[in-house]
Amino acid sequence: MTNDMPDTTLAADPSPDAPGDATDDAVGYYTPGDPIRDTKAPEGPIAERWQTRKFEARLVNPANRRKLSVIIVGTGLAGASAAATLGEAGYEVKSFCYQDSPRRAHSIAAQGGINAAKNYKEDGDSVHRLFYDTVKGGDYRSRESNVYRLAEVSTNIIDQCVAQGVPFAREYGGLLDNRSFGGVQVSRTFYARGQTGQQLLIGAYQALERQVAAGTVTTYTRHEMLELIVVDGKARGIIARDMVTGEVQTHLADVVVLASGGYGNVFYLSTNAMGCNVTATWRAHRKGAYMANPCYTQIHPTCIPVSGSHQSKLTLMSESLRNDGRIWVPKKKADCAKDPREIPEEDRDYYLERIYPSFGNLVPRDIASRAAKYQCDDGRGVGPEVDGVRRGVYLDFADAIARLGRDAVEEKYGNLFDMYARITGEDPYSLPMRIYPAVHYVMGGLWVDYDLQSTIPGLFVTGEANFSDHGANRLGASALMQGLADGYFVLPHTIRDYLADGPFEKLAADHPAVLEAEQSVKSRIDHFMTVGGSRSVDSYHRELGHIMWEYCGMERSEDGLKKAIDLIRTLKDDFYRNVKVLGTADSLNQSLEKAGRVADFFELGELMCIDALNRRESCGGHFRAESQTEDGEALRHDDQFAYVAAWEFGGDDEQPILHKEDLVYTAIEMKQRSYK
Amino acid sequence: MKLTLNIWRQASEADKGAMHTYDLDNVSPDMSFLEMLDVLNEELNASGEEPIAFDSDCREGICGMCGLMINGEPHGPEVTTTCQLHMRSFKDGDEITIEPWRSSAFPVVKDLCVDRSSFDRIIQQGGYISVNTGSAPEAHSIQVPKEAADRAFDVATCIGCGACVAACPNGSASLFMGAKITHLGELPQGQAERDTRVVNMVGQHDHEGFGGCTNIGECTAACPKEIPLDVISQLNRDLRMAMKHGH
Repeated sequence: MTNDMPDTTLAADPSPDAPGDATDDAVGYYTPGDPIRDTKAPEGPIAERWQTRKFEARLVNPANRRKLSVIIVGTGLAGASAAATLGEAGYEVKSFCYQDSPRRAHSIAAQGGINAAKNYKEDGDSVHRLFYDTVKGGDYRSRESNVYRLAEVSTNIIDQCVAQGVPFAREYGGLLDNRSFGGVQVSRTFYARGQTGQQLLIGAYQALERQVAAGTVTTYTRHEMLELIVVDGKARGIIARDMVTGEVQTHLADVVVLASGGYGNVFYLSTNAMGCNVTATWRAHRKGAYMANPCYTQIHPTCIPVSGSHQSKLTLMSESLRNDGRIWVPKKKADCAKDPREIPEEDRDYYLERIYPSFGNLVPRDIASRAAKYQCDDGRGVGPEVDGVRRGVYLDFADAIARLGRDAVEEKYGNLFDMYARITGEDPYSLPMRIYPAVHYVMGGLWVDYDLQSTIPGLFVTGEANFSDHGANRLGASALMQGLADGYFVLPHTIRDYLADGPFEKLAADHPAVLEAEQSVKSRIDHFMTVGGSRSVDSYHRELGHIMWEYCGMERSEDGLKKAIDLIRTLKDDFYRNVKVLGTADSLNQSLEKAGRVADFFELGELMCIDALNRRESCGGHFRAESQTEDGEALRHDDQFAYVAAWEFGGDDEQPILHKEDLVYTAIEMKQRSYK
Repeated sequence: MKLTLNIWRQASEADKGAMHTYDLDNVSPDMSFLEMLDVLNEELNASGEEPIAFDSDCREGICGMCGLMINGEPHGPEVTTTCQLHMRSFKDGDEITIEPWRSSAFPVVKDLCVDRSSFDRIIQQGGYISVNTGSAPEAHSIQVPKEAADRAFDVATCIGCGACVAACPNGSASLFMGAKITHLGELPQGQAERDTRVVNMVGQHDHEGFGGCTNIGECTAACPKEIPLDVISQLNRDLRMAMKHGH
């Protein structure tokens, strides 16, 4: 979401619902629980809280550290950076990833850049401004104290990465270059061409491998966490499956960190990697970790459209394309199948320029995404028909090429145009690009306190896997920042306060809680291997994704969400009775891996719908059809919904329990945005 | 279009393995190569035959997880990763042979999946700059001439897919190693460990069973990120300098 938009102080709630008369569409779908009152953030001025916490967090004697063991699941920016840092500190670290190497985690695909409040351009940036932009960008649904800390440590990240040899873009004088990104008015984004995520991840990966050589970190590649071990209320380990041999292994530790990424693949098609999944966090949720704001999903407007039913994933193109490209659809439905170059100017609808004359094609991500959906729902989409609908709109560079020349356009966007041409087989210099929105990132995740600790003591959650910093929407170039902030600079301080009580009592491998966890994993695997149904895992996943995209995607409504919940429940029942997994459990079996992930996506998908149903307001990436202004803009209801929705697992076939954490803003005033 | 696919199938590292032939109809030119295999796998699953195991993750050409020998060429006929190769590069009636990477340092795990952990072990021997978290100086205290920064970036784009090894008649990983040596060697931050880095990485490379470089250049031709051959010259130069310095 861009954030340099004008905003108006919200004097009075313009909601049609009178305050105090809250409608709760989710009645009957959940059980109300106790509110969360303590997030463990220190008292005092916001700018001093992190210093206070770092000082108050107890220390661990260096000689004791090697006796303390840490399990870290995931090797993206949040996981690899934490593993390297805790290894350097001298703890015994076990690092898990499902890929064949830690270097492949999906952080690698981030293109744009990483924000940091260095103020190298002397353009008025500061820690406070980055904090302010992030809270505002999150539509006032994030926790102030956490976001302030994120902005505060952002500068350390750049220092660390430069020292590691991350090849950031530089100016001729040899100093670091910055650009403005996502519409912010200051230049605070550091970048490495269009491959910033790759370069940052390789930096963290190398730091991790250095610790492997030093003997502090052991890596378990091609291993997937399938259960959390909780003993006496504390997280004490995981059950993991060796994906090559099929062996179900028990790994015990003093503390467990989940850095397992986001769950965008619940939509089947997303810009996430094929293997991205919710299993690690969902298994923890089932063991007692609250899941916060699961419905907050970021949908990116400039992705390459679906080309057919074979589509396995979607590819994002930088939204910088909207700086020069003009978005349009044909005015007449009859023109949709025509060559766009044959459609005369007067028959084109530049709908963003028409509806939002002041911002035009640069309206925020969610508005651009929804507007594209409306055009296609209205039968004016372009490109190939998939399941009877054309889902695409034109992003046309003809004017830009006429104005700037082809060379200038190529200079700016050449790599994106090449990528588009490779995937679609069309030349964007002569034919307008086609774009459509796609799920890109999830702001929701496991609930954590100021220490990044979940509601299960000893279970910490970092990066996209937690809900912590982005509220209802994430700013561009802030995902990389959060992953590395958590892993390099936050978790290593907060986890030591927990570990200061350790080492904890040594657990026997045959402890009842360990055996129970192991047995539940084996039972699930046995079920999938023996059900002997007739439908492939992928076919279920695709159908679930379709339900989620249709009813819990860009626009959600009470009727749609209730329908989706019914559809998901029915499909889930069928899945357990009729899924077909061939091969064996004691070898590499990609169908079996996917079956476990899809099973968890069903449960997550239902909770996302319940969360969306409960939140009868539009905020950030969450748009409820029932909560919009007369002009169709998102309408927040701060009097009713300025809270984090933290869901407790209620049991199989039981209702989830909702715990609300009120969001209190002391450093920033809440405002409603306006784009017209 | 209609294709005939000859695909290597191997149940495990210990299994001998063999080529199997499959016919696939209704292949769309808009499919990626891996989506074509997805479609084949759905058909196999429906007919009761276990789907073919192959690796992929980001499917955007950046994670380096995918990689197949396609008609004898790593990643197939285009200069890109397997996941970014599309079926429009083929035509109706084509016969396509699909194999895993061929290298003794990359043992087959199953079907088309190989074990590339030898690359991780090479990095462990010095493919980094030793700087603990929190001990970094202010970023602007280090100036890097733009030329050096650009060259470092160009070679840092290596995705560790292993195509260079699969292409090399000697099975050498010199391009992979040279890219890392050059990336870190171009930067002021990388100088302190420059000698030990190259000596230790080359030692591990040889220990893993990769072959020596004889300047054939197949590696750079197969590289989806177009890492230039001169990184191997850099590697050799750095190794000579290190030996001169007594390593």
